[in-house]
Amino acid sequence: MNVNAIVTAARASRNWTPIVELVPYACFLGVRLDIKGDQFTACMPFEQKLIGNPALPALHGGATAGFLECAGMFYLLWHMESADLPKTINFTFEYLRSGRPEDVYANVFMVKQGQRVAHLRIEAWQSSPDKPIAVGHGNFMLKPAPAAAGNP
Amino acid sequence: MSKEESDGDKRLRMWQQITVISPYSRELGLRLHGVEPEWCVIKVLPDARLTGNPETGVVHGGVITALLDSCYGLAIFVRMGKLRPMATLDLRIDYLKAATPGREILGGAVCYKLGHELAFVRGCAYHDTPDDPIATSSAIFMFTEGPVLALDDALSALKENRP
Repeated sequence: MNVNAIVTAARASRNWTPIVELVPYACFLGVRLDIKGDQFTACMPFEQKLIGNPALPALHGGATAGFLECAGMFYLLWHMESADLPKTINFTFEYLRSGRPEDVYANVFMVKQGQRVAHLRIEAWQSSPDKPIAVGHGNFMLKPAPAAAGNP
Repeated sequence: MSKEESDGDKRLRMWQQITVISPYSRELGLRLHGVEPEWCVIKVLPDARLTGNPETGVVHGGVITALLDSCYGLAIFVRMGKLRPMATLDLRIDYLKAATPGREILGGAVCYKLGHELAFVRGCAYHDTPDDPIATSSAIFMFTEGPVLALDDALSALKENRP
């Protein structure tokens, strides 16, 4: 699997599905990417299986968390040249509102891009990006492609 | 002795129904492994759909987060001996090492502080022993509006709702 080649091809064709298909669990969650210019958005369309609390009903916190982690990883793949999938070091999730049985979107903010580690803030929202349902903070160990690392 | 064992099995069977009360837990195929107030254990079986990196075959971190999130809810219910509506307020997780592909993963949790409004939990994911964790984690849950149910009542309500 050549991650860099798949990402380069996806950038050229603007078909982001092959990037999602790099991660089976992202396909399991039904993650989709919508990238317009430099605007990166990930979406997890609603499915009944994503419910955690059937009484409310509300999305499972674990499903939302997995989606945020996937969104962060895909953002890094799109944003930079990687030789392999970035590795999650740690994550903190704040759950701000109950996730309704609807599609969830994620916006990703690069808080710091270092040589080896990137720190991301990822906000999940449903009706409006101003009303996030959850915020995730994560550190990712980067796997830069040799050219990007200045080390051909 | 044998009666004690069957009581244990019954307890496990009752709490297993609570473990898979959420559709997402059923989708992940979570199974209850042990149910003691000081350490509740749920396992997730190997499943290709849950892979994070196909090259290595290692499970996605999100699966471990979901496993522990479910385990936390259970640990709080088991400590109370009741079911009470609640929501995850905060969850943090550190990934210490990759899970071994093809092996089941255990998630263990304990509720170490139970308050009127908040419950504090910690746990970890591992293969053999909590001393050699794949991930360590802690979380805070907040109780929400709604009825508090005894385990027996919750199970009979569950039965009525499932034809």
